[in-house]
Parts: sequence; C-alpha cells; structure tokens
Amino acid sequence: MKLTGAEIFVESLKREGVKTIFALPGGVVLKIFDVLHQQKDVEVILTRHEQGAGHMAEGYAKATGKAGVALVTSGPGMSNVVTALVDAYMDSVPLVCFSGQVSTSLIGNDAFQEADNIGLSRPCTKYNFLVKDVNDLAVTIKEAFYIATTGRPGPVLVDIPKDVSMGKADFKYPGSVSIRGYNPTYEGNKWQIKQAAEAIMKSRKPVLYVGGGVIFSGASEELIELAEMMNIPVDMTLMALGAFPGEHPLSMGMMGMHGTYWSNMAVHYSDLVIAVGARFDDRVTGKVAEFCPHAKVIHIDIDPTSIRKNVNVDIPIVGDCKRVLQELNQILRATVNGEHKELRKPWWDQINEWKQAHPLTYEQDPNGPIKPQHLIKRLFELTKDRDPIVSTDVGQHQMWAAQYFKLAKPRRWLTSGGLGTMGFGFPAAMGAQAAFRDRLVLCIAGDGSVQMNTQELATAVVHKLPVKVVIVSNRFHGMVRQWQDLFYEGRYASSYLDVVPDFVKLAEAYGAVGLRATKVSEIDDVIREALAVNKPVFVDVPVDQYENCYPMIPAGGCNHEMILADPPELKKKQAASAKVVGEDKDTVLTA
Amino acid sequence: MEHIISVLVENKFGVLSRVAGLFSGRGFNIESLSVAPSLDPSTSMMTIVTSGEDRIIEQIVKQLNKLIDVIKVVDLNESEFVERETALIKVHTKPEDRAEALRIADIFRASVIDSTPTTYTIEVTGDINKIEAIINLLQPLGIKELVRTGRVAIAREPIRPAVAQPKRVVKD
Ligand SMILES: Cc1ncc(C[n+]2csc(CCOP(=O)(O)OP(=O)(O)O)c2C)c(N)n1
Repeated sequence: MKLTGAEIFVESLKREGVKTIFALPGGVVLKIFDVLHQQKDVEVILTRHEQGAGHMAEGYAKATGKAGVALVTSGPGMSNVVTALVDAYMDSVPLVCFSGQVSTSLIGNDAFQEADNIGLSRPCTKYNFLVKDVNDLAVTIKEAFYIATTGRPGPVLVDIPKDVSMGKADFKYPGSVSIRGYNPTYEGNKWQIKQAAEAIMKSRKPVLYVGGGVIFSGASEELIELAEMMNIPVDMTLMALGAFPGEHPLSMGMMGMHGTYWSNMAVHYSDLVIAVGARFDDRVTGKVAEFCPHAKVIHIDIDPTSIRKNVNVDIPIVGDCKRVLQELNQILRATVNGEHKELRKPWWDQINEWKQAHPLTYEQDPNGPIKPQHLIKRLFELTKDRDPIVSTDVGQHQMWAAQYFKLAKPRRWLTSGGLGTMGFGFPAAMGAQAAFRDRLVLCIAGDGSVQMNTQELATAVVHKLPVKVVIVSNRFHGMVRQWQDLFYEGRYASSYLDVVPDFVKLAEAYGAVGLRATKVSEIDDVIREALAVNKPVFVDVPVDQYENCYPMIPAGGCNHEMILADPPELKKKQAASAKVVGEDKDTVLTA
Repeated sequence: MEHIISVLVENKFGVLSRVAGLFSGRGFNIESLSVAPSLDPSTSMMTIVTSGEDRIIEQIVKQLNKLIDVIKVVDLNESEFVERETALIKVHTKPEDRAEALRIADIFRASVIDSTPTTYTIEVTGDINKIEAIINLLQPLGIKELVRTGRVAIAREPIRPAVAQPKRVVKD
C-alpha cells in the first residue's frame, strides 16, 4: 500500500521512537500537520515561535540524550529556527529539524515563502538534506536521525517540499544505514591510551578538564572511577556541569572565565591536563598561548578536528569518551598502588590553600537588597533533594547558577554555552519538562534574556508544562553592564532596561502563575510556593542591580590572572550612576 | 606552505558549496580548486591548492574528512606527486609579432587552437612554473584573455614496493 509523504513522515518518526515534537505550521507543511492531527503516538507541542520550538527540542535532547525534533514551515519558519540550529551546532546537541519547502517545481523561482533552507542551514548543521522525491523520504529520515545522534552529535535539517509530503510512495523503513563518508571513530588507539595511563601514573599535579562530551557519551561513571582511583581534581566546563557530582570532594567546580579561583589556578600550574570531551574554547583557555604552560596535555575526543585546533596536544586520543575511559581505567586498575596518593599530597595541599584563599563569596545583608548569588544558593538548597533539571539564560545569572547550583548528575543542566543565546532558558526548560512530566524543571533566567521568548508562556500553559522560572531581575543587561563597569569606565550604553514588564502580571495574563520576592526573608517562602503549584510559574526576584560576577578572567587574559572583586574605584562609579539610572526604579516593579 | 589536497567526494548536488563553505567559514585559503567526476561516476575528485602552517593544513584535512560527503582526503605533499595545469591564452598579435608568438608556443610545446588575423589562442599544459613562464613571455605581446583550469595532481606510484610510509591518516 502506498502512503503519502506526510504519512511516511509520521510513520518514520514512530519508528525512531519519537514521542514529542515541537512545531509551528504553515502552508507547505499543512499536509504533515493534518496527518499528525489524526494520530496519538506523536505528541505535537505547538509553540508560539519557531525559535522556541528549536530550543525546546534542544532542551528535550539535552535532558534525554535522544534527538529532539522540531517541525517548521518554509521561509520565515525556517529563518526563525536558525538561531536554535546554530546553538545546537555549537553545543553538539542532537536535533532533527524538519522544514517545509515550496514544491519542487517552484524551487528557485522566488515563490511565496521560499527560502534557500539548505543554504541557510549549511553552516549550522552537521548535515542537511533536501528531499526531492517522496521515495527517498523514509531513508532520508533514517539517515538524519543516525547522523544527528552518532559520533559528535549535532543538528540535522531535512527540507521537505510540499509536493513530496503530498506525493505517494511505498513505505519501508530501513533497519540500518551506512554512509561511506561518515564513520565516526569510537575505539581509542590502544597505544595512545597506554601512553596516557603512564602519564597519569607519573603526574604529580594532574587535572581533569572535562567538557560536555562526557555527558553526551554517558561517561560519568567512568570519569568518577578515574578521578577517585587516581585522586585527580576535576575541573568542569560550563557544558560539563553535572558530568561529575558538584559536591564531590574532588570536584573543582566550573573553570574558565567565571570559573572558581582554584579550578583555574589548578590548570595553570598543573603538570598534566587530561581533557575529556572538551574543545579548548577561548572562554576556558583565556589567552591560548599561555594556557596550562607547565602541562603535558592528553586530549580525548570523538571529533578529530577538536584535537590540536587551539592548543598543542601531547597525547591525542580520538574516540568515544566512555570507551576510552573504560580502557584507561582498566589499565590503571591493574597498575595502581598507594603511591600516587602520596605523590599528589602536595598538589592537594596547594589546591586546598587556593580554595581557602579565595572561595566564592558574597555578602548578604539580611535587610539589604537580595544578592543574586544568595537567591540561587537558596534555590539550590531548597530543591536539591528533588534532583531538578535546571536551565539558564545567558548573562551574569547563568554564571552564578553555574557557580552555586551544584548538580549531582548529568543531563540536569541545560545552558547555551558555545553560542550564549539569550532566550534559551525558558523554552529549553519546557522541552525537558515535556520529556519528563513528573520531574522538577527550573529555569534561572535574566530579566533581559527571558523577554526574548516569553511568548512561550502560552505553550507552557496549554501543554501543561509546569516549569518554574526564577527571574533574576536586575533591570540591566547585567553582564553587559559588568563589562562596561570594568572596561568602559562605567558608561552604561544600552545596558539599562528602562522598561521591564511586570513579570507577575505577564505570567497571569497567559494563565500561568506569577510570584515575587522582594526581601531576603521572603525568598524561601516564595520558592516553596512556586514548587507547590502544578502550573508554570514566573518568580520575579528584584536583586541588587550592581552586583558583579567574580572571579573573572578578562577576555584574552591568562587563567591565573583573575579579577576577584570589584576594583575599589568602581564602587564609587556605581553609586554615582545609580542615582541617575535608578530614578524610575520602582515604577514598574511596584506597579 | 603550499599544499595540494585531493578530495574524493560524493558526486551530488551541494557538495561543492559544502567544501567552499568550509574554507570560507573557517578562513582557510583556496588558491585553486578543480572538480570533475572520477572513475566511479558516483564520486567526484577535487583538487584543492591551499596554503598555511602545518597546524592549519592539519585542520583543513581533518575538517574536510569531517564533511559527510567527503569519502577520502589525501594531502599530496605527504609523498611525491605530479601536477599539471592547462591554460588557454588569447594573445593579440600585430603582424610583426605573429612569428614571435608561434616561436614562444613552440618552445613550450604549446599549440595554437584558434587563430584570427589579429589573435592566436594558445593552449599550454604543464606545471605551474611552465604556465607562469609562458604567460610572462607572452605578456609583452598583449594577452587579451587568460583562462586556467587550476591545478590537478596525482601521487606518484612508488617504484619499489611501498614500505610503510608515514602518511597523514585518511579518515580517522
Ligand atoms: C541573543 C543575544 N543577544 C545579545 C547577547 C549579548 N549579551 C550577553 S549577556 C547579555 C545581557 C543579559 O541580560 P540578562 O538576561 O538580564 O542577564 P544578567 O546578565 O542581567 O543576569 C547580553 C545582551 C546575547 N548573549 N544573546
């Protein structure tokens, strides 16, 4: 029996085990939506903007490890989803995005809502397909999922012209695919792994520098075994948070631009950096020429292009982090003895000294304005027993969340790392909630960022996605203001948000719940109240507007040269400018 | 340093733009690129002439390998190779220059493939030095138009049975 392209599309999704897709219709994909409408296996979450659909699919993918799926229409539907594709490409998120296209006979004619979807997505997808014949549709979908989820994961776009979804073909879903130009390497080179094991045994000052690859490859257990067996401190990149338990004694917290003092000092003075599933991003390395100047570097990554792209590597190992760590651990287990503990004692003494010298700090006056760090710390303490999934937007609040929200497990952390996409947090949280209806999903948002996707409140209400969004309201593009404080003599060019909506009323306008805490003493109660309702909640928390996020390595600076607190001359400038820009401070918040 | 890279790709729509996009997106140089179907018509062979430090060339090779439509990448500079390019050169010829133009063509074993009372079109094949030399010599006569194919190259077959040579790994 022949099926239409639209039916083949839906059947193929079922074969891939897709339960939920994030979608917004339009002319050329109506046939597909019509078929989706008449079945129950694949849930369609109608978003209010295609960017939202893309980020939801990302949140879904990051939380589950499976491919997230988005479906958008041609032209503007496609161009709206591009931000999410770029984001997913940067952060290696497995995504399959389907876009509608004008009929094949019209392609290239500047038809209504035609865009060159393949051209638009080429630089921001792992691969993309234009399906020109309905007979190719099923195999293309199979290949798309295969490419998105294997090797180094990433987004794949499948462009489906209208006549392809309307046309008919026999349906046979391929059991497997093989693509001659695509053969990711999973097994690491044995000899290199042996070299790595020897280097680890010998090292006096080793550091594990772990990235998001550990999470994608599901290598947390192996990582914990390695760190514990060899007594190695674990530095995590922003993308890796949760890959290693944040409260584990060997955890050094986040490294990089806003990483902990001790994590950055440790890489700088280390004699052996063991990079696992990380890519030596400039936000981690700082001035690349002076990154870990005293260390031998082992680099384990599934993507050969990551190796030696930014820094020289002594022992490169191309392979899947999990498998490589398994082999490495096996060798180490056979050779390990008590000696290395003794060998590394001075290193740990040094690290503990660094920890004591410059812990993460802030001062919360119980009667003063709420410090953003305090808010996040309380949110963490009040929710950690429920093992929440946490998403963030981009800015200061993101960095504080990374510092204070110490996740115990992988796939709990949804953040936009490589691209730094404001507006990511709220839809990403919804995507995770759609995958795990019973879990607690939090979003730590900025008052600037969250405005980039508040339209998705409607989606959250309609589809009953009870995410809890805590808005760290400083009425600034806070991270921009911080850079202006430090590098532009406090001139706040376009960083002050003259008007911020009343987030409580905004949430209520959509039928969600809005709450607000304005005093330190109210924080706990308001958080508890938010957790108690089974609805999406916006919790607006006005915080100290001028708090800056430290430590900070200025862009291009060296990792051991961190700014640890506001320079003294800065304080004055803040006080002076506060009067000017803060004049109408209360008009919106108390309205 | 200049490198010549052979890239075997799927012979299908959009592959050229993926390769070109890789070079432009990452700021790699392309000095020339030639592409045509290979022996197996489902594939094409590209010859890319590029330049950069070793680290850049290593990235270029790896990034090309990472493209899903790329089947095989060989950096020809890793071993011996021969290269050729063809140029078609249309020269203005005043009556007194016509003999000179033919003499130059003759020296380079180039042939005249089109002729009018005021022009010759000369076809020449050779390595880059030869092509540049003939262009230099013809320049004073007045070159009206010049079309070059870009370079193609192929590895030399080793004379003795190959001892395991350290080659840049093709497809990790
Ligand atoms: C889409 C997008 N536009 C611009 C930026 C640049 N940018 C980085 S942080 C930031 C400010 C974010 O403000 P907010 O969400 O209020 O967070 P805060 O830093 O105040 O915590 C801006 C504008 C960005 N990262 N993403």
